[in-house]
Amino acid sequence: MSRKSDTVRPLLRVRELSVRFGMRGGRDIAAVSDVSFDLAAGECLALVGESGCGKSVLVSALLGLLPANARTSGSALLHRPTHDGGPGPAGQDEPLDLLAADEATLARTVRGRRVGLVPQSPAAHLTPVRTVRSQLAETVRELKGLRGKELAEATRAAAGRAAFPADHLDRYPHQLSGGLAQRAATALALVGDAPLLLADEPTTGLDRDLVERTVDELRAHTGEARGLLLITHDLAAAERIADRVAVMYAGRVVEVAAAGDFFGGPGPRHPYARGLLAALPERDFTPIPGMPPELGRLPDGCAFASRCTRASAACARLPAPDGGVACHHPVTTGRPACRHREGSTV
Amino acid sequence: MTGTALPALELDSVTAGYQRRAPVLRDVSLTVAAGESVGLLGPSGCGKSTLAKVAALLHRPYAGTVRLGGEPAGGWRHRAPRAQRTAVGVVFQQPRLAADPRLTLAALIAEPLRATGRGAQATERVAQLAQAVGLGDDLLARRPHEVSDGQLQRACVARALALRPRVLVCDEMTAMLDASTTAALVAVVEDYRQRSGAALLAVGHDRALLERWCDRTVALGAVAGPRDGTELRSVPRAPADRSAG
Ligand code: SF4
Repeated sequence: MSRKSDTVRPLLRVRELSVRFGMRGGRDIAAVSDVSFDLAAGECLALVGESGCGKSVLVSALLGLLPANARTSGSALLHRPTHDGGPGPAGQDEPLDLLAADEATLARTVRGRRVGLVPQSPAAHLTPVRTVRSQLAETVRELKGLRGKELAEATRAAAGRAAFPADHLDRYPHQLSGGLAQRAATALALVGDAPLLLADEPTTGLDRDLVERTVDELRAHTGEARGLLLITHDLAAAERIADRVAVMYAGRVVEVAAAGDFFGGPGPRHPYARGLLAALPERDFTPIPGMPPELGRLPDGCAFASRCTRASAACARLPAPDGGVACHHPVTTGRPACRHREGSTV
Repeated sequence: MTGTALPALELDSVTAGYQRRAPVLRDVSLTVAAGESVGLLGPSGCGKSTLAKVAALLHRPYAGTVRLGGEPAGGWRHRAPRAQRTAVGVVFQQPRLAADPRLTLAALIAEPLRATGRGAQATERVAQLAQAVGLGDDLLARRPHEVSDGQLQRACVARALALRPRVLVCDEMTAMLDASTTAALVAVVEDYRQRSGAALLAVGHDRALLERWCDRTVALGAVAGPRDGTELRSVPRAPADRSAG
């Protein structure tokens, strides 16, 4: 369970990523602002936050699936995993900037092959009029170039990897339970052996035991060579499998912490992250007062200030990320004197 | 016998589903007293959403009786007598499927008032409800596609409370929401329940949530199981809560 040290080259290195949507009337929506994080092979990073905080926009940006009125800045460098970084064709080691890559590159070499997406609602992601076998076979043919008997075999194997039962392969999506639909979608995401898995709210609407099984399976697929970015509003799911947690609020990552510290004794340091955790029914069950600001009308200073009990005059300035937390008055109780022990970046 | 002595909601040997030969609920009985909150727990496919719809008079059972304040249900969906229909408020899991996309949030909240000829009170009542669920004027003027799931669900909760129901049915009300919005909406419902003495049936799969929220929880098992015809198991609220944070 040990985390990778800083010397390991990350799979994904996101720096200062921002997404703006130009709206009619010239107003801009600041959906994602200055997000930076690393994700290493073998690691699961959970990105948590409420709906509308920008986490789904971030996923779309990483997959090159933003609508036409979006402008991005910053970088998202996708490296090859170290294990196949040996002597290869020249340029093999050059990372690819997902934000700068053109659509042809993304469609041909990235989506499905280097980045696998486990979607939010598998039922909607699967084609309703085709059986699971036919959809899986098409993806295997496309990504692996197999035909005939080999294709049939690889299709069965692909289903098996996501624990999708072979005797359900000839069913249509609407004939599957929520859990099996999720497995079918996961099987599709795994076909290309993509080193980076993005799971966008993969457990929405599932029962607790299915949530647990789904995230456990995703974690198991992460293995040594893959990295998993789990986007979720389900803190229990994040606690279950994440090595690190990144909390998003109003488009910014306000805290990155080791999952054990975040959910355990020391607890979160950012007041919003603390409030979110305390709102759980297993904890205080008290809501954070108020609602997040509109992304089209963000204040100049800290976006949480109007809801924050620790706010002071200093908070009219935007807090810069420092040692994993972006706050002028982070919580320090219950933690050792040295709080800068994680090498995480915000 | 006075009305208050009778349970606010009673399901008596209800069998219901979508195929008469294979009902999802068989002979289920459940009672919720006035002022009581009951959490109904169960895995997906166990029929708990069907039970919620039956309790809200939105789905006609094949057999059994539903009583509101002792009165047997006089019909289902739009055929339910108005006095019974307006006595029950419902909130569903997916606010987008439950909200007319053409209405502003203010009009959405006022819908039940208008539909029952109480449009004259709408402005005042909507203002009250909006304040209770934390929606400002700016959000009230928007349409569903212009707000988040959490904001729309706030409006749906306000709509369910508009006619001051004596029974509130919440079917997976918070399954799509983050922890803070969940706690906020549960607080709104609980505040209403405590002030009004309404009965609450909260249906869901999240044990931690329902045990914290409700006076007692009951479990609905798999349909094919041996519990046919038996009373649902009832578990009182755990006395102590783990606190942290
Ligand atoms: S910067 Fe200030 S307002 Fe923002 S979270 Fe920290 S203490 Fe609260």
